[in-house]
Amino acid sequence: MDCHSTSSAVLPELPIEQLPGGRRKLRTVALVGPPNSGKTTLFNRLTGMRQKTANYPGVTVDHHSGRMKGIGRPDLTLIDLPGIYSLATYSEDARVAVDVMTGRMPGVPPPDVVLLVLDAAHMNRQLMLAQTVFSLGLPTMVLLNMSDLLEQRGGKVDPLSLSAELGHPVALISGAKGKGLDLISSFLEQTTSSDEERLLPLRLPVLQSPATSRRWAQQVAQRTHYRSPEAPVWTRRLDSILLHRLWGPLIFLAVVIAVFQVVFSLGQPLSDLMGDLLTKLGALVTSALPDNWLRALLRDGIWNGVQSVLVFLPQILLLFLFIGVLEDSGYLARAALIADRGMRFFGLNGKAFIPLLSAYACAVPAIMATRTIENKRERIATILIAPFMTCSARLPVYTLIIAAFVPDERFLGHLLGLRALVMLSLYALGFCAALVTARLLNSKVMKAQPAPFVLELPQYRWPTLRGLALRLYDRGTLFMKKAGTIILACTFTVWVLSVLPVHHGQFSEITSSFIGHIGHWIEPVLHPLGFNWKIGIGLLSSIVAREVIVGTLGTLYGADPATHTANLQMALRHDMTAAGAIALVVFFAFAMQCTSTLAIVRRETNSWKLPLLQFCYMTGVAYVAALLTNQLLLRWL
Amino acid sequence: MLLSEVQVGQSGVLQRLDLNEEVSDHLAHLGFLPGAPFKVLRRAPAGDPTVYRIDDVEVGLRSETAQHIEIELDAAEAR
Repeated sequence: MDCHSTSSAVLPELPIEQLPGGRRKLRTVALVGPPNSGKTTLFNRLTGMRQKTANYPGVTVDHHSGRMKGIGRPDLTLIDLPGIYSLATYSEDARVAVDVMTGRMPGVPPPDVVLLVLDAAHMNRQLMLAQTVFSLGLPTMVLLNMSDLLEQRGGKVDPLSLSAELGHPVALISGAKGKGLDLISSFLEQTTSSDEERLLPLRLPVLQSPATSRRWAQQVAQRTHYRSPEAPVWTRRLDSILLHRLWGPLIFLAVVIAVFQVVFSLGQPLSDLMGDLLTKLGALVTSALPDNWLRALLRDGIWNGVQSVLVFLPQILLLFLFIGVLEDSGYLARAALIADRGMRFFGLNGKAFIPLLSAYACAVPAIMATRTIENKRERIATILIAPFMTCSARLPVYTLIIAAFVPDERFLGHLLGLRALVMLSLYALGFCAALVTARLLNSKVMKAQPAPFVLELPQYRWPTLRGLALRLYDRGTLFMKKAGTIILACTFTVWVLSVLPVHHGQFSEITSSFIGHIGHWIEPVLHPLGFNWKIGIGLLSSIVAREVIVGTLGTLYGADPATHTANLQMALRHDMTAAGAIALVVFFAFAMQCTSTLAIVRRETNSWKLPLLQFCYMTGVAYVAALLTNQLLLRWL
Repeated sequence: MLLSEVQVGQSGVLQRLDLNEEVSDHLAHLGFLPGAPFKVLRRAPAGDPTVYRIDDVEVGLRSETAQHIEIELDAAEAR
């Protein structure tokens, strides 16, 4: 019996083939499937590396599309629809899928053909989606993905009888291994579309009750002699260790610590190396240029911007890599299960844990990692609180101020240093702000029905190099494009403001420039916080990225004749009160001084509303907290 | 009996889901339908959520959700 080999498929005559005249070639193909059906892997296979990611207008759902170069059909556009269990439009994902398939999504051509991907191992359950997809009346091919795994584990499926039962062609494929793709090609080859038919309004899906479609799916599975695979022994065995009452949390803790150890011990030097290299490269290029405005523009206006984007890239990519390994292996779901109890304290669920943890390195990958949280409300809450976590860009500022203002005192027999204690309390401060914000969001402000936590535990799998590489490439380029352009624009603007107006053909010194004027102008607002106008300029420039303030203050104090020779720490001590300095780090603990994060929040939520709200809220909290800190410390110190 | 009250290792059949439409629809597509046999596989280390197996799918649910699902224990276990 070889009727279930991976290459067998049946292509029944499609009714559309018989239509006389008005036929044309296909243009658009939609890829539909439930979550965990291996749809993304297949999409990558079919399109190759070239794909476009965008948002649909007005919704937070991503739009992936690409030419089907992976099977030699660059003339066809493949649209990847969000992973959905049903077409019942409770969720935004399902609404988008229905709108795209019925041709009502603005800017997206209506699909000519549907490829329905189902996990072969869970076919009897996932067929529930098939019935409603068929009711749309589009030529549809059913792809049973990961069929090789089904057979390995003793399952059985007969594509011939399944195809006869469903009235649609069925193919056994493996997206991960690239098997059975030729069947998709020949299906697309045989199918043509009729323009006449296209003129008719597309049919809406016929929705059945879950119980009815479930019964139907079960009957189909029975009649086609489908045998589900045996229980995944390895997954069970691993779970009895990884979810063990004692070992589970210990392994979980070890994984978390290991990830952080690597991100900081490997990522930090890599970031430093990158910074050094870029500085040297910049110096090399600019020294070859004549000393004029162009050189200043290139070096200070553009190159510095490029540098501040690229410096964080090694850390961000490392984090993406770890999140990718955790997610693709299936451990992420177990981590969510273990962390759920603790996250309830925040009013969030276990899926928010890894994103929030990543935010301690950088909020950008953290916010991108919130994609695994299906519930929109919890996802937005996680996005809102992630930037409060103490990210690595805050550390240069903290280190500078602590070194300058906190005496190196030790308690408890040299075990506890005052400086370490201050640093620790800054971490605690960010954590508390996140906690309070999360509680606030959960109470009156965003009062919505708390969504229950439903967590599907996938089987453990080895992550593939290909999958990880694609993920790194996808997220990396997204970061560079979205954050890069905005950061560049910001650094450029800050640079222009810091050198204009031009006096007698010379650029202004920063103190007499526009930004200097703005710094002086906002000093009354900052004075109660204990900040002078130089700190004000530093804060303005650090809107680009937090660590930029260190460089700006260096320039400012270096240029000041009174403190010319003094190093920055000395200069700051000379120019600020201790209360003001502590107020400054408190300000940084809360403030949203990061254009990359704002750009990514804008990208992930597809609107300016949330990033603007976040910016105002965080800056407001920062201002009040710094004000209180300075006023209270002035009284005590 | 409620799903949240079932001990680890016991199995039974789902009877009724008393949850709003969106949630019960989501659960239905994971196999949580009246008449579906289930088994309680394990609890998370903190005691909650609990992992249930329905139809070869393993799903974690908090007890606050599971307590809205009525079940009947298998005859062998009920004794």
